[in-house]
Amino acid sequence: MKYVLEAKNINKYFKKPKPFQVLKDISFGIKKGEFTSIMGKSGCGKSTLLYILSTMDTDYKGALYFNDTLITGQDKKFLSRFRNEHIGFVFQFHYLLAEFSVLENVMLPAKKLAQFSKDEIEVKAIEKLKMLGIEKLALKKASQISGGEKQRVAIARALINEPSIIMGDEPTGNLDSHNALNVFDIFKKLSLKEGLSLLIVTHDHDFAKKTDRIIEMSDGCIRNS
Amino acid sequence: MINWSVILSIAKTHLLSRFKQTVVAALGVTFGIGSYITLVCFMTGLNRMLDSLILNQTPHIHVFNEVEPSKKQPITYDKALVSGFNIIHSIKPKQNQLRITNALPLMQYLNKNPDILSVVPQVKTQVFYKSGATEISGLIIGIDPLKESRFSNLDDYILNGSSQSLLNSSNGILLGSGIAKKMVLQVGDRIQLITPGNELLSLKIVGLFQTGIAEIDDSRSYTKISKVQQILMQPKNYITDLNINLKDIQQASRIAQEIATQHHLNAVDINTANAQFETGTTIRNLITYAVSITLLIVAGFGIYNILNMLIYEKMNDIAILKATGFSGIDVQYIFMSQALIIGIVGGILGLLLGLGLTLLIDQTPFNTEALPTITTYPINNNPVFYLIGILFALFSTFLAGLLPSIKAKNIDPVSIIRGQ
Repeated sequence: MKYVLEAKNINKYFKKPKPFQVLKDISFGIKKGEFTSIMGKSGCGKSTLLYILSTMDTDYKGALYFNDTLITGQDKKFLSRFRNEHIGFVFQFHYLLAEFSVLENVMLPAKKLAQFSKDEIEVKAIEKLKMLGIEKLALKKASQISGGEKQRVAIARALINEPSIIMGDEPTGNLDSHNALNVFDIFKKLSLKEGLSLLIVTHDHDFAKKTDRIIEMSDGCIRNS
Repeated sequence: MINWSVILSIAKTHLLSRFKQTVVAALGVTFGIGSYITLVCFMTGLNRMLDSLILNQTPHIHVFNEVEPSKKQPITYDKALVSGFNIIHSIKPKQNQLRITNALPLMQYLNKNPDILSVVPQVKTQVFYKSGATEISGLIIGIDPLKESRFSNLDDYILNGSSQSLLNSSNGILLGSGIAKKMVLQVGDRIQLITPGNELLSLKIVGLFQTGIAEIDDSRSYTKISKVQQILMQPKNYITDLNINLKDIQQASRIAQEIATQHHLNAVDINTANAQFETGTTIRNLITYAVSITLLIVAGFGIYNILNMLIYEKMNDIAILKATGFSGIDVQYIFMSQALIIGIVGGILGLLLGLGLTLLIDQTPFNTEALPTITTYPINNNPVFYLIGILFALFSTFLAGLLPSIKAKNIDPVSIIRGQ
C-alpha cells in the first residue's frame, strides 16, 4: 500500500551546546487511514522527528516524501502552503489565538488557503465544531473556554482544510483522563470514518496501546514498529 | 499569494485587543505630526512676515542714477600714457544729474517688456521738516498715488487716511509716524518744509504711515510727484527713481543687469539689496526643520518600541500562524500593516491637530507697533506641509515597523512551540 508520508534516512544533528546526533538514520512510512503513535523517553528525539515530518524544521539530512512527492529542499513559501493544505496540527498546549473567537480560530487556516468563500468556510467551520460537540462555543473568545474545549477547538482547526494527515505533539499531555479519552475517541473516529492518517507523539501508554501502530524510539533510533 | 483581507483582519484584531497601547502609539505620531504642522506653519508664517517687513519696502528692481566717479578718467584718453601704470590721487565724482535721462520714453519702453509687471516712477529729494525753531532732515518722495497703491504695499502701512487722499488735495502729504510724533502733528495739521532751493512750503497732512522700520518712519514722507517736481522747479519729465516689479522675482538679477547695461543706469535687484536677509531666512527654516524632524523621530521610536513589545508578546501567535500555514512574509505583513495603520490614523489625527492649532494661533491677537496692519499671529497654512507631514508619518512608521516585522518573519516556530 502507498504511503501518505514517508521518511527515508533522516539524520539530524544539534550543534549547540555541543555537536550531538539526535536522529540516526530514521526510515518509516505512514499509510492512509493509519493511526500511529510515537513513544519514547524524553530526549529520545520523538518530537524532533515530528517537527521534521511536519516540514517546520528543515535543517536535517535525508528525504521526506508526501504522496510520493519529494518535500525535502523545497522553499519556505512552498512549505507554508503545503502545511496549510495537507497537514493539521494539534499541540500539547492548544495554541489558539487568544484574542480571536473560537470560530475565527478555526476559520483562519482556511481563509489563508482561500479555496472557498468566506461564507462557505464559516459553514464548514461550524460543521467541524458540531462534529466535535462544541458549536455552542463558536462565538466565545478562545481565552474564555476550558482546556479540554480548547484542545477540541485546536482539532477542529486542524481539520478545517481537510488535510491528509494530522500530527499531534502530546495532544493529551495536558488534559485530565476524561478529556484525554474524549480526544482519543475523536481521533479514532476520524481515522475510521474519514480515513485520516494520524501521527501522534505521546507519553501516555493507555493512549498508545489503543492506536493501530506504535513506533517506539530510543536514542534517536526506531526500536520496533 | 498574499491574502490581504486575512492579514488585515488579524492586524485589526491585534490592534483592537490592545487598544490602549495602540492609542498611545498613534498619539505619539499624532503629537509628532501635529507639532510639526503647527511649528512649520507658524515659523514660516513668521518668516514670511519678517521678510515682507523688509522686502515690501524694496521693489524687485530699483533703477536710479548714482553719484560716482567716472570709470574712465581723462588720463586714459592720452594714448601716450595708456601703457603705463597711472596713479591718480583725490578723484572726485563727476558732476552728474540725479534725474533719469529720458525717463518718460524709458518707462514706456520698459512697460512693453513682457517680464515686467509695472514701472512706478518716483522723485526723491532731501528736505527739512520745520517745527518752530527745530529742523529735522528728511526725504520726501513724489509718487503717483494710483500706481503706488496698485503695485506697492504702501497702503498696508498707512495708519489713517489713504494714499488716494493725496489725489484729492493739491497740497497733501503722507507723513512718517516718527516725524509726526516728534513734531506733535496729526492728520489735518499743516507741516512746513524747507526745500533744497531754500524755500518754505506748507503742506497739509492727509495721512500717517508706519512701516515698523524707525529709520524710514522718522524721515520719510510722500506727496504727489508733481508737487516734488514743483518744489525742485523741474519739468514733468524729471524722474529720479523707477521701481520695477516683475512677474517672476527669480528673473530680477538678469533683468536688472540688462537695464543697467542698456541704459547706463544703476539697477539694483531685490536679492542683491537684501542678501543678508536670505541668510537669516535660510537659517530659521533650517531650525524649523531640525526641530520637526526630531519630533517625528521621537514618535517613530515610540512605534518601534510598542511593535517590538507586541511581537514578544505575540510569539505564540506567530508560531501558531506559521504552523498552520502562514508564511514568514504573511507574518511580516501582519506586523507591517499594524505599523502603517498606526501611522495613517496617527498621521491624519496629527494633521487635524496641526490644523486646529494653527487656526487657533491664527485667531490669537498679536498687536505690535511695528506692524500696524497685523492683528493676529501669522500662519502659513501651506498644503505642502500637510503632504510632507502625512508622508513622513507613513515613512517613519514604515521604518519603525520594518525591523520588528522582519524579526517576526524570521521567528522559528519549532523553537517557540518546543520551548513551551
